[in-house]
Amino acid sequence: MKSRILALILAALMTAALCGCGGGESAQGDTASETADTEATATAAEDTAEESTGSTGEAVYGGEITVGIAAELDSSLDPHVSSSLAGTREVLFNIFEGLVKPDTEGNLIPAVAESYTVNETADVYTFTLREGVKFHNGETVTVGDVVYSLTRAAGLDTGEPFMSTLSGIASVEATDDSTIVVTLSAPDTEFLAYMTAAIIPEGNDPDEELIGTGPFKFVSRTVQENVVIEKFDEYWGEEPYLDKVTFQVIEDSQTMVMSLQSGAIDMAAHLDASQAAQLDGLTVLEGSMNLVQALYLNNAVEPFDNILVRQALSYAIDKYEIIDLAGDGYGTALGSSMYPAFAKYFDESLTNYYETDIEKARELLAEAGYEDGFTFTIAVISSYTPHVNAAQVIVEQLKEIGVTVEIEQMDASTWYSDVYQGKDFQATINGFDASTLTASAMLSRFTSTSSKNFISFYNDEYDAAYAEAVATVDEATQIDLFKQCQTILTEQAANVYIQDLAEFVAMQSNVGGYEFYPLYVMDMSTVYLIG
Amino acid sequence: MITSRKNKTFRAGAVITAVMLLIILVGAFWTPYDPNAMDGSAKLQPPSLAHLLGTDNFGRDIFSRVVEGAGATFVIAAATVAIGLVAGMIIGGLTGYYGGPLDEILMRICDAIAAFPSILLALVLIALFGSGRYKIILALGLLFIPSFSRIVRSEVAKQKSMDYVRSAKLMGVGDMRILFVHIMPNILPVLLSTVAIGFNNAVLAEASMSYLGVGVQPPDASLGRMLSEAQTYLMSAPWYAVSVGLAIILLVLGFGLLSDGLGGQYDA
Repeated sequence: MKSRILALILAALMTAALCGCGGGESAQGDTASETADTEATATAAEDTAEESTGSTGEAVYGGEITVGIAAELDSSLDPHVSSSLAGTREVLFNIFEGLVKPDTEGNLIPAVAESYTVNETADVYTFTLREGVKFHNGETVTVGDVVYSLTRAAGLDTGEPFMSTLSGIASVEATDDSTIVVTLSAPDTEFLAYMTAAIIPEGNDPDEELIGTGPFKFVSRTVQENVVIEKFDEYWGEEPYLDKVTFQVIEDSQTMVMSLQSGAIDMAAHLDASQAAQLDGLTVLEGSMNLVQALYLNNAVEPFDNILVRQALSYAIDKYEIIDLAGDGYGTALGSSMYPAFAKYFDESLTNYYETDIEKARELLAEAGYEDGFTFTIAVISSYTPHVNAAQVIVEQLKEIGVTVEIEQMDASTWYSDVYQGKDFQATINGFDASTLTASAMLSRFTSTSSKNFISFYNDEYDAAYAEAVATVDEATQIDLFKQCQTILTEQAANVYIQDLAEFVAMQSNVGGYEFYPLYVMDMSTVYLIG
Repeated sequence: MITSRKNKTFRAGAVITAVMLLIILVGAFWTPYDPNAMDGSAKLQPPSLAHLLGTDNFGRDIFSRVVEGAGATFVIAAATVAIGLVAGMIIGGLTGYYGGPLDEILMRICDAIAAFPSILLALVLIALFGSGRYKIILALGLLFIPSFSRIVRSEVAKQKSMDYVRSAKLMGVGDMRILFVHIMPNILPVLLSTVAIGFNNAVLAEASMSYLGVGVQPPDASLGRMLSEAQTYLMSAPWYAVSVGLAIILLVLGFGLLSDGLGGQYDA
């Protein structure tokens, strides 16, 4: 009897432990939206993409392809749930559209709306509906659908916005059959970027049925297996080439490479340099992940509460060597919390603000009172190889100035709860991306009041510059102010900035037309088979 | 009795193990290169005279890292077995000698632990303790206790009814003295082969844990950690994974042959 009870207790413990692991999954999802370790676009690739994909044959309409994706999607494919995984967003991009949508250059172009106007104080946005836009269920989009969608996404009737970016909406009204007026509670010059929020039919619950207006319609989903989408014949815009696209979940990176080699899948994005190097005979395009990889320092704890120490690390860490050793030479060096795809806001002059200088680093450390160096720990998510590799190089580099570094690997959910939310860390390497096409998406987290300010960077000058930038209507002044924010981050050495990681898209030689975006999306409407 | 075939097996095992131990011992003081030193100009080079086993993706010398990694793996495996053995001798000895309800309870706990895959249990413990070299020793050591306990218990129970134990009791020798001074030496051969098998399991377990990223932390080398890094370069730098795999095979083979030679028949 006793033994049975013991066995029961043990079994219960074991179940509890397993549940603990399971519970982590959802948190991991949240992390990914913040850290999106993989993004598609265009530094070098933007220029070369078209030439290199074009091969010899002609693009033909029809056919189907299978695309490998590295992670299972969220359990809910609701396009309004903004905490969804980057991988989910990139698939949904083909199914749903907002009033406006991003193009490959990083501009916002009208989609479900035909045109829009913004008043002078940037707090009233007026959209004119495009005529004859159809939902996948055959119905025509009306202003009622738009009001329903925006009200739902902004949580106007529930008080809890699905998308935090929409929390500034005061009201959404349809003034006639084709005009929607969105009024904000405070001026926001960047608000248009949030109007990419999906338009769905009035009364529709995406958890029951996925209906959008995009070039492809949702067909089926098999959990842990695939998501199938099909061409939407009544799409208002440019007709997509492919009849059908299957997104196949392949979680193991080597399996992904082998599936590409064997032809089991036709295309995969977000590959790293070592994977790309193994793909002979396939078309491989280089893009960048559009994120800021940095050694993020906890500005609230010793010794990183001392600016001299942070600057010393910035001088001692050679980002070009990291790119060379950990990224096989692919990657774009960065100097602040902004990446080049944000051409408007990116300030290249900050990249080499700290030229690697071991002597200077030693002097700064001595001045800060750490002549003999110190020891600290870098927390890093074990499955994010580029970050683990960068950490290994940093360990070696900091030995030069007498600083001992230990690496602590953890899983994504632990990282999210302990490091990101709990702020219980000294330093961590990760990548942060922007989920919308705004400078705020990159810079708001470093304001004193931001809940996402996990590095505890508190700087009055920064707060003032940021607040002024957001409130400024004139674009040139605003850009200057956002650049000023970046400069403060660099001068204060808030973090040791490293790079925007390179990533690769590979496809079989009979596939072409792939285009990079400055956001984490995979646009299948331009992809075609070569006949 | 050790037969001549067993004798040869034993000798082969002893030679392999001795060579490995020698390399590890030398490696603790001297390796051709600093195992963690990176060299951007010599990445993923095939084996050559300068780099006996080639270099990895950071330009680190694989031979130096294999030597250091084998050392780390060896120390972890040995410490793990030591924990299992000491605790196993105490628990197994007491339960085997006294029997009764204590025996029942402890053995049922062992059953319960043995019913779960050990990697899963180790991960549960890691989730509790945190990851790292010493935590791995603790986690794996705890998991090794049941198997050692069972073997010691059954052997002690067998010896308990033998004449030499009875006469010792009649002479008034204390229980503890009988158990640890009289019985234990008699079950030594069985213990030794169990240790050898346990060591092999520990090597593989360490490799699995480090492979999963919860064992030895980078940039330090361990065989499992290296294997996981080598996986990415299986196609472009096969010598990397092969070198590490060979080192694991030799370590395990040496001890495997040793235990076989000792006449081991128990699977830990």
